[in-house]
Amino acid sequence: MQNDNLVEIENVEFGYGDRPVLKGINLSARRGQVIAIMGSSGCGKTTLLRLIGGQIRPGRGSVRVAGESVAELAPADLYRLRRKMGMLFQFGALFTDISVFDNVAFPLREHTDLPQDAIRDLVLMKLHAVGLRGAAHLMPSELSGGMARRVALARAIALDPMLVMYDEPFAGLDPISLGVTGNLIRRLTDTLGLTSLVVTHDVQESLKIVDYIYFVSEGVIVAEGTASEIRASGLPYVHQFVHGEADGPVPFHYPALPYADDLRLGKQRA
Amino acid sequence: MPMICDWENSVLKRSIEKLGNRTIQAVWRIGFAARFFVAVLLHSGTAFRRFGLTIREMYFTGVLSLIIILVSGLFVGMVLGLQGYETLQTYGSEEALGILVALSLVRELGPVVAALLFASRAGSAITAEIGLMKATEQLSAMEMMAVDPIARVVAPRFWAGVFSMPLLAALFSAMGIFGGYLVGVQLIGVDEGAFWSQMKNAVDFEEDILNGVIKSVVFGIAITTIALFEGYDAPPTAEGVSRATTRTVVTSSLVVLALDFVLTAFMFRGIS
Repeated sequence: MQNDNLVEIENVEFGYGDRPVLKGINLSARRGQVIAIMGSSGCGKTTLLRLIGGQIRPGRGSVRVAGESVAELAPADLYRLRRKMGMLFQFGALFTDISVFDNVAFPLREHTDLPQDAIRDLVLMKLHAVGLRGAAHLMPSELSGGMARRVALARAIALDPMLVMYDEPFAGLDPISLGVTGNLIRRLTDTLGLTSLVVTHDVQESLKIVDYIYFVSEGVIVAEGTASEIRASGLPYVHQFVHGEADGPVPFHYPALPYADDLRLGKQRA
Repeated sequence: MPMICDWENSVLKRSIEKLGNRTIQAVWRIGFAARFFVAVLLHSGTAFRRFGLTIREMYFTGVLSLIIILVSGLFVGMVLGLQGYETLQTYGSEEALGILVALSLVRELGPVVAALLFASRAGSAITAEIGLMKATEQLSAMEMMAVDPIARVVAPRFWAGVFSMPLLAALFSAMGIFGGYLVGVQLIGVDEGAFWSQMKNAVDFEEDILNGVIKSVVFGIAITTIALFEGYDAPPTAEGVSRATTRTVVTSSLVVLALDFVLTAFMFRGIS
């Protein structure tokens, strides 16, 4: 029987040098769902995506995608697995020296022997799915931030992956592009039967489209649940995050000496 | 003990620690560069199987460097003609101007100056391009599309540089000889027959031309490796790419001059 979870992360620990980033993460992504991983900047969300993509290996624990332990795969097997994954980078990461069309055609040309006519049709279909068929001839420098991300999304789904990972897909977008991108993620997941992992700190947009949410803080999962469970959560961290409060479990101030001591109040200044 | 406490906090101790740290970093980096070079060689299959990728890069590194190479070669040859005539005239052997110009260019100036220009023009461009591709996550995106950036991006640029360098050096020398001819024969009036015939008799294919080609191939390997490595290893920031580009030009130039000395010592010893 096929495992219902496409991605399974168990007790994963990871650090950059002496600085631990993840301290025992457990999460899973069910097939066909949109899963959000949320948390404040620098909490290790993107690191999680890089672990799933096999760009880095965990210090401890296991990351399994479609039943395969990513860290234990030989390079050739890892590349084979990556053909079934798509990744949308924060700013698109389009190749700037080739056109929108060629960007989307890139994975098809690299991994298939399809004739040019078939590649052309596939590229136009993918671009049509993100609403940018008419922009096929443009260069990446001629696109807005939102358009670049949609082109990158078309490229990410070019090989019909089973898993698409989104790294901050909503960052820096205007409200219209925000809604368009959110709807695209949901619609593509449903129509193509994908599993989507969305790393974001845009709570309001995410809650509209995701099936399940994990909150990461200080290297561990501090809360999880469906959108309605998260909205109703009484956990202080989740409450602060969802309502965008400046102070709470995540303090407004970076750790520092007591204010009065720093200003040397009551002491003679040198 | 006060002496030990002083030592623990002393500037000297911190300086020694910093020096040690920098030495370790430098050795680590050289090791990383060596592994990078081996990885490029091992992943060169794509650069030859899909030779169009390498040809495309030869256009950017080689063809677009032609202007600076040809113009510089012409002027260097013209200056050689003037200076050489001035010196040879003193000994009444101005007909030997062709030999002086040709040997200077084919043995030394052609490969070395063309390599220095290549490092400035193409090396810096390669570093900036790879560094920016890294900073904008294009290399990571390629990896996530199951395309090896070393095979797809780095290796074609490496071989394009290795193939372009000797061709550019040959064109530099040819233009230099033409410049020497313009000044020596057309402007000053050295006998044209003597200029060409003495050059033809004195320049040996194996000892001079082939050695010059070997030099330029070695320089091409060195410059392109340094340029690619600096780009690949650059911190993904504007400052990081800028520093990497500067390092490419400085390191490549110094390595070219050092290699030139070593190669010359091996190649031309015992030649009378």
